Amino acid sequence: MLTIKVLGSGCANCKKLEALTRQTIDQMGIHADVIKVTEYPDIMAYNIMSTPGLVVNEKVVSTGRIPSTAEITTWLTNALETA
Amino acid sequence: MQTQLTQQEKTPFSSADLRAWGLVALASVIWFTLYNVIQPIANWIAYRLLSLPQTSHLGESLAFFFYDVPKIILLLGGMIFLITMLRSFFSAEQTRAWLGGKREGVGNVMAAALGIITPFCSCSAVPLFIGFVESGIPLGVTFSFLISAPVVNEVALVMLFGLFGWKVAGLYLISGLTIAIVAGVIIGRLKLERYVEDFVWQIKVGKGVNLPEQPSWAQRFQVAWDSTKEIVGKVWLYVIVGIAIGAGIHGYVPESALAGILGKQAWWSVPAAVVLGVPLYSNAAGIIPIVSTLMEKGAALGTVLAFMMAVVGLSLPEIIILRRVLKPQLIAVFVGTVAMAIIITGYLFNFVM
Repeated sequence: MLTIKVLGSGCANCKKLEALTRQTIDQMGIHADVIKVTEYPDIMAYNIMSTPGLVVNEKVVSTGRIPSTAEITTWLTNALETA
Repeated sequence: MQTQLTQQEKTPFSSADLRAWGLVALASVIWFTLYNVIQPIANWIAYRLLSLPQTSHLGESLAFFFYDVPKIILLLGGMIFLITMLRSFFSAEQTRAWLGGKREGVGNVMAAALGIITPFCSCSAVPLFIGFVESGIPLGVTFSFLISAPVVNEVALVMLFGLFGWKVAGLYLISGLTIAIVAGVIIGRLKLERYVEDFVWQIKVGKGVNLPEQPSWAQRFQVAWDSTKEIVGKVWLYVIVGIAIGAGIHGYVPESALAGILGKQAWWSVPAAVVLGVPLYSNAAGIIPIVSTLMEKGAALGTVLAFMMAVVGLSLPEIIILRRVLKPQLIAVFVGTVAMAIIITGYLFNFVM
């Protein structure tokens, strides 16, 4: 079971990242919870300095950019293997 | 795709990297060729194809337009690619690590310099601000970073270089850095920590240095290409409209027509330029070509630079975002200090040049 968090206060890039993540999950045909984290105190708990951030099972995998679908697929696959 | 990614991680130079380098080399050749043929093509269109006389206002305006539009768009594309490439070697996390434990003074200078080269978008201003102050970086040093990042704007820098030459671009860079350092030192001396919103001091930042891993060459080129497309896509229309208006003024308005209102004699033109510049953020790319023509017609350099820096450095969207973490008093000090520094810079240039 994967828990994915998208960190960001609601900027355009944060919304794009959320949409891309959901799309990737659908493509892979896996089940995962996607949670949006929008409050700064909660975002800063992950010690990131630029948004959007992507967290897979409480591990920060990307900050400050929109990763490619291939990268997201790799992170999700790795997380599924270790879980 | 997945196997390709794991291969990239193992070797420093994968086949994807080599292919990316090849593409970049090819693009550079095309870029230089284009850059060298646009002047003859512009003259050909204006004077041969449209057979306008060399001395006519219309011919002169059109030749100017057909040369400047592709030149500025090529310069923007090429330079933004290079700048984003360079920035991919830096990160906000790395910058915070470098600034940690630096005294004020040295810290302000470093923060202003790193503000130019660290990838930064105003939408990340809040997490960056919290990340800096929570790790013990002084408020004034944090502000030096937050001021220099937008004041020294890469689009503005490239356009100044293309339309005014390297001296004015250099002056803009140096004044932007100086303003960021001085304003940061002043804000630091004023001891305004109590005007940071209280919740910032209560945030528990997660532990552990969270340095992002180094991307491969292919990934760096991809990121640089994506942001070049994004930035050029956002500004090209402003560039064309701005240059069209500039070309019109260039051909039709008499020399030194504006010396009276925008020249050195008009003392009020510098503060007026700053006040006008603040709400114009998104149009920076369109304003510079107009401004460059205004200067030809007698506007003073200091007034023009002050306008430029107010346009890019004091943007309303960023001020609104920073309001989340700064109380109104500190916002006022921030805007006031930066505006004063820009005005003084404007006067200084009008005085010495």
